[in-house]
Amino acid sequence: MPSIDTNSANLSDKELLQQFKPASEAEAVDVNQLDEEDKLRLKQSGVDLESANRIGTFLQTNCGVSKCDCSIKGVELLPITEAMKKYNGLEEYRWKLVDPNKDEFTRETAEHLDNGYFIRALPGEKVVYPVQACLYIRSDDVAQRVHNIVVAEEGSELHIITGCATHPNLTSGLHIGVSEFYIKKGATLIFTMVHNWGENVYVRPRTGIRVEDEGVFVSNYVSLKGVKSVQAFPTATLAGKNSTARFNSVIVAPEGSDIDTGSRVILEGEGSKAEIISRTISYGGRVVARGHLVGKAKNIKAHLECQGLMLTETGVIHAIPELEAHVADVDMSHEAAVGRIAKDEIEYLMARGLDEEEATSTIVRGFLNVKIDGLPKELDDEIQKAVAECQKGM
Amino acid sequence: MLKIEDLWVDVHGKEVLRGINMEIGQGETHCLFGKNGSGKTTLLMTLMGFDGYRVKHGKITFKGEDITNMPVHERAKLGIGMAFQRPPTLRGVKLRNMLAVASGNDDTGGQLAAFYGFERFLDREVNYGFSGGEIKKSELLQLLAQDPDLTLLDEPESGVDIENLNVIGDMIRKLLQKDIHRGRKKSGLIITHTGFILNYVTADKGHVMLNGQIYCSGNPLEIFEGIQKYGYQECAKCRL
Repeated sequence: MPSIDTNSANLSDKELLQQFKPASEAEAVDVNQLDEEDKLRLKQSGVDLESANRIGTFLQTNCGVSKCDCSIKGVELLPITEAMKKYNGLEEYRWKLVDPNKDEFTRETAEHLDNGYFIRALPGEKVVYPVQACLYIRSDDVAQRVHNIVVAEEGSELHIITGCATHPNLTSGLHIGVSEFYIKKGATLIFTMVHNWGENVYVRPRTGIRVEDEGVFVSNYVSLKGVKSVQAFPTATLAGKNSTARFNSVIVAPEGSDIDTGSRVILEGEGSKAEIISRTISYGGRVVARGHLVGKAKNIKAHLECQGLMLTETGVIHAIPELEAHVADVDMSHEAAVGRIAKDEIEYLMARGLDEEEATSTIVRGFLNVKIDGLPKELDDEIQKAVAECQKGM
Repeated sequence: MLKIEDLWVDVHGKEVLRGINMEIGQGETHCLFGKNGSGKTTLLMTLMGFDGYRVKHGKITFKGEDITNMPVHERAKLGIGMAFQRPPTLRGVKLRNMLAVASGNDDTGGQLAAFYGFERFLDREVNYGFSGGEIKKSELLQLLAQDPDLTLLDEPESGVDIENLNVIGDMIRKLLQKDIHRGRKKSGLIITHTGFILNYVTADKGHVMLNGQIYCSGNPLEIFEGIQKYGYQECAKCRL
């Protein structure tokens, strides 16, 4: 029986926090202690402890760091608590993009940090294969409070695959993740996050991103499994000239899931570009797909696309696309469409020999197919593999 | 192969087909002429079994089996294939996936695409950003992979330039086994407005449809010449 009240939708943030015990009170687990069930769960979240196609691995279980190593000299990977010791508290980066007083969750993380990762690509360092990071909750009724900082130094190129997961038998948990990403001049950061939570898990990421001149930030977010409640609204500031931000997300909300996500991009740099694409499916759960583009500089281009499929008679998809222009010389657009799968699409496949159920699942798989243009093939393969693993058992 | 008996069909409560009779034998290709809105496309959609085409009277028999109320995919499995005139775009579903579906998961699709110079479309989302001609090719490739015994084509030449018309013509000839003269097995029903396709594919019989009824049937070239000379008005008079 879950020990946490599953009908706590109306709890205040403070009350929600009080329902969980700190992760520091749960056992920390060494990577060697993980069993096959754990490993499978991590694999389904894009984290493959045996793969040669990862340049480094950070694995945090509850509050403890189970693994942290990196094979490439040009990429620095540390638990954030160690990076803070090494770099004078990381004053330059910590709490600069996310306000510690934003809400109860940021305050909690500022006051009671469990850990988190610090990843930095040195200037000019370009790596194709990703660093993988995993924030794993393995014990019941725990609140995991992490703070992550990623710095892509000038001219570097860094790829990160993050799997956030709970143990399959876990009854309840709370994950709070504060993340601050810095993409410096001419650098690229491609960040792919796969969420694989349990049906009674609360998730509260708080993310800020800053991109300098000619910098590129790409975020891919995949959440295909049931989760009690997610509330995330990463905000990217395109501070530099000709900088770029792209957010792609693919979200499935089964019955009982309440997922409120989206992204905001503030375009401050002249000639900057932003694109937010979200594809959401409700199997009875509730999804709020937000998107907010703020154009503050000349010659910017920004596009927002929300597509939602309702696959059951119950459930909610609420698309909230917002465009906000502060200067005249901007090109901003959005399109949003929500509804059931078009009958003619199903019949098209049926005319080629599939029955209605097979046709529907072919369309759903296609809809969820995250195709990100311009990725190196090796990385694209890894992302597709991670998504394919995640789709298993859907 | 196909027998249509006194077929009456409603679309959205409106009577569109009014007592169609037609019989297509094994190895035969028939052409269907008629003005816009005469019911030609409705006939094809009804033969394929799509939702919204309600048979209120009559019977469709294919290979001796009553298929009047059979679901779409079972008709496809039984050997009916159709090229869509305006197929929907399936986001995230590649042409390669469609060919695999049509062929029952063998590699014929890939080979066919290579043969017809269409390989670069294999990894494109099906119909997304395809031109009119590309849609026709994609549809015919899917049909070749599916290899139906009865092919239904709705204006295969529309929107296709002269150069591509040759390729489209070749594909249809292959589908309908036009190079086999004895013991041909494949049958077809082709809707055509312009009759161009008759320069590439010979037809055994032509039918003129007006107002949901077949007004005349006979030699397709003669019928087409008549339509070109006198228009469909003459057909209407002919029936009266």
